[in-house]
Amino acid sequence: MEPFVVHKGKVAGLDRANVDTDQIIPKQFLKRIERTGFGRFLFYDWRYLPDGTPNPHFELNRPENEGATILVANENFGCGSSREHAPWALADYGFRAVIAPSFADIFYNNCLKNSLLPIKLPKEDVAYLLKQAERSDYELTISLEQQVIFDDEGFTSSFDIDPYRKQLLLKGWDEIDLTFVYEPYIIAYEKARS
Amino acid sequence: MVAPKTIIEKIWDEHVVYREDGKPDLLYIDLHLVHEVTSPQAFEGLRQKGRKVRRPDLTFATMDHNVPTINRFVVEDEVAKNQMTALERNCREFGVPLADLNSPEQGIVHVIGPELGLTQPGKTIVCGDSHTSTHGAFGALAFGIGTSEVEHVLATQTLWQHRPKTMQVNVTGSLTPGVSAKDVILAIIGKFGVDFGTGYVLEFTGDVIRRMSMEERMTICNMSIEAGARAGLIAPDDVTFAYLRGRTYAPKGEAFEQAIEKWKQLRTDEGAVYDRVVHIDGSEIAPTVTWGTTPAMSSPIDGTIPYPEQFATETEQKAVQLALEYMGLKPGTKMTDIAVQHVFIGSCTNSRISDLREAAQIVKGKKVAPGVRALVVPGSQQVKKQAEEEGIAQIFIDAGFEWRDSGCSMCLGMNPDTVPAGEHCASTSNRNFEGRQGKGARTHLVSPAMAAAAAIYGHFVDVRTLYQEVVR
Repeated sequence: MEPFVVHKGKVAGLDRANVDTDQIIPKQFLKRIERTGFGRFLFYDWRYLPDGTPNPHFELNRPENEGATILVANENFGCGSSREHAPWALADYGFRAVIAPSFADIFYNNCLKNSLLPIKLPKEDVAYLLKQAERSDYELTISLEQQVIFDDEGFTSSFDIDPYRKQLLLKGWDEIDLTFVYEPYIIAYEKARS
Repeated sequence: MVAPKTIIEKIWDEHVVYREDGKPDLLYIDLHLVHEVTSPQAFEGLRQKGRKVRRPDLTFATMDHNVPTINRFVVEDEVAKNQMTALERNCREFGVPLADLNSPEQGIVHVIGPELGLTQPGKTIVCGDSHTSTHGAFGALAFGIGTSEVEHVLATQTLWQHRPKTMQVNVTGSLTPGVSAKDVILAIIGKFGVDFGTGYVLEFTGDVIRRMSMEERMTICNMSIEAGARAGLIAPDDVTFAYLRGRTYAPKGEAFEQAIEKWKQLRTDEGAVYDRVVHIDGSEIAPTVTWGTTPAMSSPIDGTIPYPEQFATETEQKAVQLALEYMGLKPGTKMTDIAVQHVFIGSCTNSRISDLREAAQIVKGKKVAPGVRALVVPGSQQVKKQAEEEGIAQIFIDAGFEWRDSGCSMCLGMNPDTVPAGEHCASTSNRNFEGRQGKGARTHLVSPAMAAAAAIYGHFVDVRTLYQEVVR
């Protein structure tokens, strides 16, 4: 996994609540057996018109959002299906972090496995960031080490993250390798139960 | 004296392999169900690192998401075919048992787990599918995981997990005839919202739940995820034990009796404290129909579509407005005036034999309305066979329904079964998200009886009135 330490990037806003993983990556793209290449299908049904041309009304197609690497959205982001194709698509498109007042549990976990940082911020902060994101030059800096997020204009906020997950992200470690360190406990557990 | 515990905490504590401050618990997984869509990248990860499946004996695979439901052996979609072939190859290579398209055990993963007796009380069960919560109906702790976690479980049979918060969802009173488990869970989500369960495991309790069959309980637990809860469960009782007796993979003979004694301990102790408790009166629940694009956007069948202004926050108002635009519906419209062009009876929520019986009761001796295309997709090949033997299949066929092979089908339209843009579908599935059943498709979530009635009348009707006729 690619480590996540500090990231500075342009912010795109998606002011919608309950964005489900069916929207993030529609089902017709789940048939591939690779982990890569999902970015071009991200938000497909919102992003493209029936004739295949970009939908000019969709938030990410606005010129001011081009090249954004931080997505800000509303409550319950990533609800629904457990498909990890959702964070794969967001990361492949170029996002390194998603900010929202709340996330669905499975999606949140899936992000952490893919070095896509999910950040929960208070609703007022998200409202402020959604407003700022309407500009074409708005950038945020995220420090995972410090657990803070800030801009160059005085906004700053801190966020929580599980210390264990934080460590994995900072180092970019393979979790399965780490778990094998605990194999003696797994063997003991299996013995005790058999 | 041991502190009183909820059933959730009991199952959790029983499965902790390793615990350390500042870390999630390392949790042992008793059963890992696998399907073709969320597993190929996980197997590929194992292959790249030269890893094995630690416990193939605790792993069971099937193909369900993109299988065709007519001419199932002719998969015209090359990409889908490739995914199914990959599952076959992976299961062979890693020694994982597979119920493939030739197997009489094939079906939707959440239908066959219980049907085969793989699902048992007290187990920890995972699958790369959010509707894994279904298995909680047996008093198991069952939750959906992503593909990286699938790989982790394949390699280690464990997961690092934080202890969840616990919530009691108490359903009291009794249900009116014509009101089903599906209406209960839709009403719960409608009342408390699509994310009230985030971070919690739900325990469903109360008279209404106790009186339910196993298949009704599965419908309830299935949609826990639609409330944001990764898992929902119901403490096992005699109904659970009777269901499991004699199932293929359930313990046999004396071992089964011993298992029952153990399973009886799986109940929330007197005095145990939940992190949150919510309550709903079952007597007040009506047949429920969704009108929007989240499972919480629903109304009783005798109600009307709300006005955006009726909602408290600006975010909600905007969401309702967008949903009504997508659905092509106007506020104030009576639910019974919504016409449907498609009916889908199936999915891991409502495709079991009792669901089909319930629908057939409404359909018997009637015809599908002109202009309506109606589909029945049994949850498994076993359900299909049983329905054919009981004569239920013939009732559907005589009425003009299409009778299909088992699979996920039109619930998510990964196979050729989809709803065209702009058309309305009465669906017994679990998600009415935009585009779920096909780009531009307009989904209304309902119970099997409500779907059957919509097929006959061409619009939604209050099945409570039909039930009075049936009973008479």
